[in-house]
Amino acid sequence: MSITYLEAIREAQYEALRHDPSVFLYGQDIATFGGAFKATKNLSKEFPNRVFDAPISEDAMVGMAIGAAVEGARPIIEMQFADFSSVGFNQIVNQAATLYWRTNVPCPITIRMPSGGTAGSGPFHSQSMEAIYSHYPGLVIVAPATVEDAYWMLLDSVKLNDPVIYCEHKFLYYHLKAEQIGDRELPIGKARIARPGRHATIVTYSAMVHEALRAAEELQLDGYQIEVVDLRSVKPMDTDTILASVARTGRLLALGEAFPWGGVTAEVIARVTSEGFHLLDAPPMRLNSKDTPIPYHPNLWKSHRPTTSTIAAALRRLLRY
Amino acid sequence: MCLVALASPINCVETDLTADFRDQFLLCYQHMLLARVLEEKLGSLYRAGGRIVGGVYLGKGQEAFSAALGVQLRKGKDIYGPLIRDQAGRIAFGEPILDCVRTYLGAVTGPMRGRDGNIHRGRPKEGLLAMISHLGSLLSVVAGGLFARRLAGTLGDSIGATSIGDGGTSTGAFHEALNMAAVEKLPIVVSVANNQYAYSTPNTRQYACENLVDRAVGYGVSGMVVDATDLASCLKAFRAAVAQARSGGGPQMIVGTLLRLAGHGEHDDASYIPDQKRRDPSARDCLQVAEDFARDHGWMSSAELRDFNEEVRRTVDLTISKVSKEPTPDPFKEKWQALSCADLVEGQHEA
Repeated sequence: MSITYLEAIREAQYEALRHDPSVFLYGQDIATFGGAFKATKNLSKEFPNRVFDAPISEDAMVGMAIGAAVEGARPIIEMQFADFSSVGFNQIVNQAATLYWRTNVPCPITIRMPSGGTAGSGPFHSQSMEAIYSHYPGLVIVAPATVEDAYWMLLDSVKLNDPVIYCEHKFLYYHLKAEQIGDRELPIGKARIARPGRHATIVTYSAMVHEALRAAEELQLDGYQIEVVDLRSVKPMDTDTILASVARTGRLLALGEAFPWGGVTAEVIARVTSEGFHLLDAPPMRLNSKDTPIPYHPNLWKSHRPTTSTIAAALRRLLRY
Repeated sequence: MCLVALASPINCVETDLTADFRDQFLLCYQHMLLARVLEEKLGSLYRAGGRIVGGVYLGKGQEAFSAALGVQLRKGKDIYGPLIRDQAGRIAFGEPILDCVRTYLGAVTGPMRGRDGNIHRGRPKEGLLAMISHLGSLLSVVAGGLFARRLAGTLGDSIGATSIGDGGTSTGAFHEALNMAAVEKLPIVVSVANNQYAYSTPNTRQYACENLVDRAVGYGVSGMVVDATDLASCLKAFRAAVAQARSGGGPQMIVGTLLRLAGHGEHDDASYIPDQKRRDPSARDCLQVAEDFARDHGWMSSAELRDFNEEVRRTVDLTISKVSKEPTPDPFKEKWQALSCADLVEGQHEA
């Protein structure tokens, strides 16, 4: 009996609803229909009057969650796609992110964002928004890469007294399976060594962890041991774990599926070069998507995002330096 | 539910003037006068320079419309999301003027502790939300508070109320939130102060419907129009709207017609408002109208009005003098922490 990444997200919401009467779910098509991806399947049946369909109004959905949080609720908002959170951007960055700082009242809301690309999804159903939200103070941004993290980090997000942007990767929904959900190992804010190594470090998160692991396998055939750091939390970023890894390997590839300008990979490199410059044996490298909107056709899409082969090629350049 | 959006203004008539109405009228008048005197003082502090950094935003001309809603609300039970020109409504709701002065002067003793200023203040846990500058954004937050209470079974007959201007009704946030509040049939009163100018932009460049209240039916909410310079009519309208909301009538929209008797802020001389417009009935000063009404009905003598005026000025002066001696924020004592979970705050990553 195995469980997928998507089922883990559903199970986590089931547990959150079961354990805490102040939790409710609000989002488009999430009640009877069970969500566009079925992440809330049957939850409205199991928890009547706790799971609600929302109008197509991302701004109002987030604003509503903030008001509810002030009154002691712990809402989980489902954005149908992370892309559409740009319509709720105002409430997220101006209202949710500033509430505690301005008024001393915490804002415990969780916004689930089905993120990242899948073949055929095109420019408006494929975006990764973690860098945009990380730029704003007052938000916590997580991007689980495993079934366990999808489960435990969602439960942790709901318990957290601050607004959490929970970036769940659509590519992993069905592709990623585990035999069972293991124990909770790390809290939000701590990175994980997904694969130990000593010749180079890849720092990445979300679906790219799996591409990185495959590239590391490939390089192993050439005798290289590549360490893969899964950030888990984009913000706060576990700089200590990143620096410790670079100290072991001397080489860094920062990898992300998001657009290349600025962003998480740039932040990783900024931190390593400013705090761990002396640890580096080679200039740190970055690999992101191309700097265009995300294409529709699979031929273009596969070339737009980093893949096992482009990551392996980047690693070889890094190791040759 | 039978929806009514009345384009002809609600008018107060003699039979409305019960003893209870009179008491509420006089209470409103007191709140209005306190707001006016306080804001005049803040305006002069701003013009003198030094004491107030940033802007000063006055509700001059909007006090009747604002207070008439605020006075219907019960602090500790209802949720109020006031906007930029709601000093009178805030006082009516029960916000002490100390909170106002402390926020304008940036005192650490105030609710915003120098982290935010002027009209961006509130005490959310007491039902008084702190507006952000993005217009229309507060309506969904008020709705969310009511929604959560309904889920928790604690809603009772509490309501939410929030304000917006003619310009704010053009935002997507306002549209989304009012539609959502209507879908959820939440007990919420939305006051729309149509002061005819959004900063400098006249109504003709803001919306194309005949009257803003025409939109109410489109949202599925009840609507009323009122001459917002007339406190008695404002009271009649808000008493009716609040009663409707409390008894399950869903969202209520009240559009008040008036003219802002100040600039957008004290930095703005409002030279874009033509002289002719200033002679329009909508340009009447609601404070004077209320004072005349109270005197004409024998509810307050000239001597009482004079005494009260003096008392209000004394209160304002004492408050400003008290706050002036209070500490302003010290950047070295500031925690610089935007998250409530201290363990998730990143250290300063400096080279």
